[in-house]
Amino acid sequence: MKIFKKLTAMVMATGVFIGSSAFADTVKIAFIDPLSGPFATQGSNGLAEWKYAVETLVNENGGVLGGKKMEVVALDNKMDGKESLVQVQVAIDQGIRFIAQGNSSGIANAITDMVKKHNKRNPDKRVIFLNYSAVDPALTNDKCNFWHFRFDANADIKMDAITDVIAQVPSIKKMYLIGQDYSFGKAVAAAAEKYLAEKTSIEIVGNELHPIGKVKDFTPYARKILASGADAVITGNWGADMVNLGKSLKESGFDKPVYCYYCAAVGITGTFGAAGNGMLHLVGEGLHNPSPSAAFTEYHKGFKAKYPKWDLSQPRIINATQMLAKAIEEAGSATDMVAVANALEGMEFDSKILNTKVIMRAKDHQAIQNMHVAIHTDDVDIDYDNSGYGMKIFKTVEMASMDSPTTCKMKRP
Amino acid sequence: MDLFIINVIDGLIYGLLLFMLSSGLTLIFSMMGVLNLSHAAFYMLGAYLAYQISIITGFWVGLIVAPLLVTILGAAVERYGLRRVHQYGHVPELIFTFGLFFVIEELVQYIWGRSMVNYNSPESLDFIAFNLAGGSIPAYKVFMLLVSVGIFVALYYVLARTRVGMIIQAALSYPKTVEALGHNVPLVFMGVFGVGTGLAGLAGVIAGPSLTTFPGMAFLLGSIVFVCVVVGGLGSLSGAFIASLLIGWLQTFAASYNVGAGDILIALGYEYPKDIYYHPWRDLWTLTLPQIGPILPYILLVLVLVFRPNGLFGKRES
Amino acid sequence: MACLVRGSLKRKIMNNIIQKSALSAYVPWVVSAIVLSILPFIFTGGGAITIMNQIGITIVLAMSYNMLLGQGGMLSFGHAVYMGIGGFVAVHVMNIVENESLWLPLPLLPLVGGLVGLGFATIIGSFSTRKAGTVFAMISLGIGELIAACCIIITVFFGGEEGISGDRTMAPPTFGIEFITQKEVYFLIAFWVLISVFCMYLFTQTPVGKMANAVRDNPERAEFVGYSMRWVRFVSFCAAGFFAGIAGALFAINYEILTEQNLNLNMSFQVLLATYIGGVGFFLGPIFGAILFTLLQTVIGLQTDLWALYTGIVFILMVMFLPAGLTGLFAMHLIPMQLGRLGMLVRPYAKIFIPGLAFLIGSIALIELINHARHHGEEQFMTLFWIEFDTKSFLPWIVFTLMVVVGFYISRIIAREVTEAWGEATFVEGERR
Repeated sequence: MKIFKKLTAMVMATGVFIGSSAFADTVKIAFIDPLSGPFATQGSNGLAEWKYAVETLVNENGGVLGGKKMEVVALDNKMDGKESLVQVQVAIDQGIRFIAQGNSSGIANAITDMVKKHNKRNPDKRVIFLNYSAVDPALTNDKCNFWHFRFDANADIKMDAITDVIAQVPSIKKMYLIGQDYSFGKAVAAAAEKYLAEKTSIEIVGNELHPIGKVKDFTPYARKILASGADAVITGNWGADMVNLGKSLKESGFDKPVYCYYCAAVGITGTFGAAGNGMLHLVGEGLHNPSPSAAFTEYHKGFKAKYPKWDLSQPRIINATQMLAKAIEEAGSATDMVAVANALEGMEFDSKILNTKVIMRAKDHQAIQNMHVAIHTDDVDIDYDNSGYGMKIFKTVEMASMDSPTTCKMKRP
Repeated sequence: MDLFIINVIDGLIYGLLLFMLSSGLTLIFSMMGVLNLSHAAFYMLGAYLAYQISIITGFWVGLIVAPLLVTILGAAVERYGLRRVHQYGHVPELIFTFGLFFVIEELVQYIWGRSMVNYNSPESLDFIAFNLAGGSIPAYKVFMLLVSVGIFVALYYVLARTRVGMIIQAALSYPKTVEALGHNVPLVFMGVFGVGTGLAGLAGVIAGPSLTTFPGMAFLLGSIVFVCVVVGGLGSLSGAFIASLLIGWLQTFAASYNVGAGDILIALGYEYPKDIYYHPWRDLWTLTLPQIGPILPYILLVLVLVFRPNGLFGKRES
Repeated sequence: MACLVRGSLKRKIMNNIIQKSALSAYVPWVVSAIVLSILPFIFTGGGAITIMNQIGITIVLAMSYNMLLGQGGMLSFGHAVYMGIGGFVAVHVMNIVENESLWLPLPLLPLVGGLVGLGFATIIGSFSTRKAGTVFAMISLGIGELIAACCIIITVFFGGEEGISGDRTMAPPTFGIEFITQKEVYFLIAFWVLISVFCMYLFTQTPVGKMANAVRDNPERAEFVGYSMRWVRFVSFCAAGFFAGIAGALFAINYEILTEQNLNLNMSFQVLLATYIGGVGFFLGPIFGAILFTLLQTVIGLQTDLWALYTGIVFILMVMFLPAGLTGLFAMHLIPMQLGRLGMLVRPYAKIFIPGLAFLIGSIALIELINHARHHGEEQFMTLFWIEFDTKSFLPWIVFTLMVVVGFYISRIIAREVTEAWGEATFVEGERR
């Protein structure tokens, strides 16, 4: 009998087969991203950032709602859409009301769709989706909904910042656009075409998409780019597609700037090393060379002490954590999702750590913040991948795309 | 024209790399009648082992030691795994190598982590060999070319001119007779599997720095190698050679020329639709050659298998 | 032990038990129906129901896959394609129903998916089933890659990598049910699982179904009977496509979204893994495989990031030592049961259980410890088997290593006893041992 009891306890400990009630004493955030498989590096890095942010920024400052702790519950979605939806359901079942996800716009799209339907069908168990990294513009345009909040700048905003910078480089006359053949890659290309035409007289000498994660050898692409006489390249590639493209360009003798969305940290900076010097130009929020504030330097030091392997590659997680805590305080509840969402909507937040104002735009739930363009170099205080190389800011665009239009028609409860 | 020449060279280098993989696969298939689905996993293993060794001793030691380690591992897999499964039949053998692919891939991530590793070409080869048509060919690529050609020549020599090669070729068609003549056929099997996987390992060692050493590398290259051996004809070494080069060029040229379906349709007299974003045929109109380049080999694979199930140069019934 | 299963007489006994006595009666079907309808009241959490829904979908898919691999001896690397296509069409139909241009109650949607799967399988099967073995496997691989690539390129139908989503609740209510909750969907899936498994069982009883086994075991002899091997393979292939399509539509109903990930190579590989672990030689094998695989992926996956490694190792060990899969393990015991000698095995099994378990736990713990030390070194404490301990101390390392070594050593000694007892328990008069 004793053994039986123990077994029951074991089964219950897995926490899946029992509908555990919402824990009154903690506010839980379900972190749903890849923690196993080839994309686990991105997921694990993000998880470390979330955990550290929640611990130091909320819990060590007395928690929320008069002493409630916040907790990050990691759920592995294996970079798979179906598995993500299963894990969202598991999270909801455990009484978790906040879903954080970032890797892959496709998965973000599946989750936002599910959250929308779930909230409509289960008004007493509503959840909020904190999108901290998926940047497909559609998520805050045609596919926007009231429960989705994006803390990263979307692909359009990033392109707006990139083209602001490019417009000031007179040597760039010809531009080559290359990207992965899916919604995000197409969004980058469309935004580049639009903003380059608006702001500059740069000629686009190439605009192409290649299959995502299928190209083994990027040499022919590099040859073509070289032959086109391009003065710079814009790409939204990530992961191995980014590294291989960059390496092939370098090997083929291309020594001009490559403007990119995802060409730093999670192994990429380390793999490029000296080869990326002067070539890679990263656009992003919260970049930190030089450090934005003394508070950030300290925060970074603490993070590195706890997670020496990982980097603060997604500083928006700091904003997301602080803004969520603030919204819960303002709403006076961590279970009334309408109140929390209303508090987040339109929130203006002064980030002391990242030294920027963040506005969660009410009309589409897109965060507006300072954007930076930075260059790959070893002349940095804070490196990535412990490689000695990092991203040094050379241009900041304040409150980028503040008044950009949106096609979002949000239905509010 | 300049771009054409440089593409020919790039395609050749890539094709020869594919051949290094497909030659081992063909060797194993012609010997044992089993398509080693875990072949690309050994390729990955070679790259990671070489990376580990190169940290300690530099690139050149890794170039020699890593393929040897993979050979030993491959031989062990044959001896303790495949030989056991052989008794259950043909499909279980295929399934075994399929499972092996997963286990090796996971083991590599277990040991070396899930992010890409910084495995680079040696500094002594870090210069531009020659310039051609505005593009440069790095010395490392020339090195890759030379190694691949060397492997082809060596394989050809061993199989056609040496005693071991004779035994292998004989065991291929008449295993019973060869055994009756006093040769140790199981040992030959083990050796061939070891050498075959060792070749894949060598391919990994030299491709790792150029095509990036990362957890998805085996999956990325995995199925294309099967295309090479199947299109070339299962069990035919020269077939695999020609098919590898063919696919190398096919992919290189498909990526190089932006032929759009829209241009062709217009040339055929169709009118470009006004509101392309809502047009039912929008995907066809915007289709370009680089977009479908990587799937061309699979179209080739299906076509060959449907119309010539033994491959372009194959003789052997599977 | 595995080779014991190969004894022809024993196989006959087993087949008799499994095929005849078990499934042709109505009792097991009624019992399954009752069990299926009770389950959601035992495991009440929405998470549990979601997982059971997933298991149900995987069961239909794995069973349909087994029509190829287990019944027909065809190794396919592209089976997810038929599920995916069926699912995509189902979502499109769902959207058409939402626009009220078509009247179709939701419970009939799987039929649509099935017919689409059947249609597509008919087209592909017309040329791919000409040969079995490696040629068939390679064509399936090529088709799988092609369709997955088309999925990204043809956005009108497949919606790119974001996929196509629908809303199941917009269909006309069935007996007042709108399929809003997970539980309502569970019953729909359970109903279709039962129907599909029953139909697949009926298929094995048809002449073509029986010939499929014969073609798998001995193609030449099967040809002499007068059946065309190709025709038998083709029919099996189409039927498998039909049931895969049903699984796809069930997926569409449950998740309301389909993406490229539903029909890519990775998904096809998962089907193969699940089916094989369950046991391809037996009709009911894939059911166990589907349950175990889904639990490994979804429940164990929450506990460790090494779930895929464990799955791979289990798979390889299965192929090497237990080619008949999990069900094979159970089925083996039908022989001593039939001979009334099951009792002889209890004692040796009980004896090997504890050292075996110690070995297993010790090995898993060591694997996890090394993984922790290598990749999560920054965290001092880790939890294993619900016990938290300090990874920086030597104690856990020593304890687990001891468990592995001692457990292995003792198991090996007792294993001999088990083998002997097994030999005695399965000894059949007149058969060579």
